Amino acid sequence: MLLFVARRLLYLIPVLIAVSLLTFFIASLLPGDLAYVILGDQATPENVAALRRDMGLDQPIWIRYFGWLGNILQGDFGRSFRTGQTVLQAVTERLPVSFELMILAEVMGLVIGVPLAIVCAARSGGAFDRFMTGSAFAMLSVPAFLSAILLIYLFAVELRWLPATGYVPLAEDPVANLRFMVLPALTLALAEWPGIMRVLRSDMIATLQEDYIALAKAKGLKASRILFVHALKPSSLTLITITGINIGRLIGGAVIVETIFALPGIGRLLVGAIYTRDLIILQGVVLLVAAGFVIMNFIVDLLYAVLDPRIRHGHA
Amino acid sequence: MSGNTLLSVEDVTVDLPTPRGNLRAVDRVNLTVGAGQTLGIVGESGCGKTMLSRAILQLLPKKAKLSGRVMFDGQDLFQLPAERLRRLRGRSLAVVFQDPMTSLNPVLTIGTQLIETLQEHLELDDATASRRSVELLTAVGIPAPEQRLGQYPHQLSGGMRQRVAIAIALSCEPKLLIADEPTTALDVTIQAQILDLLAREQRRRHMAMIIITHDLGVVAGRTDDVAVMYAGRVVERAPTPALFKKMRMPYTEALLAALPKLDAAPHTPLPAISGRPPDPTRPLQGCSFSPRCRYAAARCKNEKPALTEAESREHQYACFYPIEVHAEAGA
Repeated sequence: MLLFVARRLLYLIPVLIAVSLLTFFIASLLPGDLAYVILGDQATPENVAALRRDMGLDQPIWIRYFGWLGNILQGDFGRSFRTGQTVLQAVTERLPVSFELMILAEVMGLVIGVPLAIVCAARSGGAFDRFMTGSAFAMLSVPAFLSAILLIYLFAVELRWLPATGYVPLAEDPVANLRFMVLPALTLALAEWPGIMRVLRSDMIATLQEDYIALAKAKGLKASRILFVHALKPSSLTLITITGINIGRLIGGAVIVETIFALPGIGRLLVGAIYTRDLIILQGVVLLVAAGFVIMNFIVDLLYAVLDPRIRHGHA
Repeated sequence: MSGNTLLSVEDVTVDLPTPRGNLRAVDRVNLTVGAGQTLGIVGESGCGKTMLSRAILQLLPKKAKLSGRVMFDGQDLFQLPAERLRRLRGRSLAVVFQDPMTSLNPVLTIGTQLIETLQEHLELDDATASRRSVELLTAVGIPAPEQRLGQYPHQLSGGMRQRVAIAIALSCEPKLLIADEPTTALDVTIQAQILDLLAREQRRRHMAMIIITHDLGVVAGRTDDVAVMYAGRVVERAPTPALFKKMRMPYTEALLAALPKLDAAPHTPLPAISGRPPDPTRPLQGCSFSPRCRYAAARCKNEKPALTEAESREHQYACFYPIEVHAEAGA
């Protein structure tokens, strides 16, 4: 198992290098010279040239890349030329918001999706299964901004149970924080559970056809034990994968939901950086988010091994 | 044998709806197994023998339509409420499937899969249950049984896995064990070991057993009775010695002829049964073996022979022109 973890960790290095390359070069491909952006359109060519020299923009791109990478390896992701804030400051300020939102949304999505999937798989083809499969399909096609607005209308405007927008840090007032987070998290969860349910349901149905499930029945085990112990674990690999991808995606912030509910998360930081051409912030944040995504997938790989002994022992 | 019948299969029919129409997998089968007795069910792939075993175990696909009656230990399995059926399965009615590669759960340890069966049916605490598991693994010939409890199926060879499956089946001392092609997926060298193990444990535990196989060689000498199935029906049924002494149904003869013989000259072609079994969604009007039978006459094409007690009360076959008659006609 230790060897497995070590090998997986080694795989991370080339992936992270590739991510940093992509991030840097894509940001460099964006139109507009950074020096012009900083100095504004009144700048003289001499000023621009001087700034370019100062910032090293006149150097070849690969020299700039290694300079940037070298700084990052020393913990310096750069600093916004607009706010003066470092990338790390900006990210650590906003990460808790996106992180909390992600955790809440995933938990809600799983709490809705997993039991429904199990019930549907156990009675596949039945009336409930057909109804839920149809509903999940319908929910998949509802965009987040629509469900967000409907939820705001129902819970904030009509019932007045929850606030529509705003944010209080968790450390300041946990209850108020949760009240602000419920609706955005629910909005995301409404988009998450149909995928979770459909994937787990179809994997469960396939697993329930297996010989070892027939044997479990022939052994006289209770239906609940067959479903939860014998069928759920071997059916969970795809579920883990998509949950990992969802989490990785949400680390980068949920742009639309954060915007609608006025949450100061990573998503809004990124969008702001794009609008203001704050390339340093953009590069740094994208790199950090991508690294988070890669690490999340690494955790998913480890979870595979926890779930399936054959992977743990290096068999097919 | 009739005095203490443990299992009686009465007019059991299994129909499976398929896109190509109704498939009659099992056609009005009647069988009995006495307590402690061994019945061999023989037939080629697709003849319905596995479907029959699944019907007895009530493990058919949901879509399957079932009729007839299966009396086990005085209870009608088809009518039994789900909860009582559950208590019976694994406890007094156990099964070993064909492929040990797929019949054990890959994500649970051998110990879990053994102990859960024991604890489901017998009131055993953890320590007793794991002690019993070690005893069972020892009984089925698994070395280092304590270590095996913590291992997963993929860490064991096919033969070892089948021994584990047998240990699970034996765990609650069942009255009847159904072994559905228990050696088909194993190496030839392991086959005899597994069959001997089953026979030994059967004698020791006085349980009844149904061995399902396509290999007449497997049932010879190991069973009390043999039922030969073809196209969903029992076509010949007899006490094992009587069957091998004088088989009457041409299909049984053809099955036996298809076995490779050790004393045959090298490179002798194996007399395979020509043709294929009939399409089960298109039942024939006459005897279902008639298209492949070298003795078939006009009557065989038009009329279906019933399973009759022509030979003796115990030896039944479904054929208009049983083998001996041909011999006389030819002489």
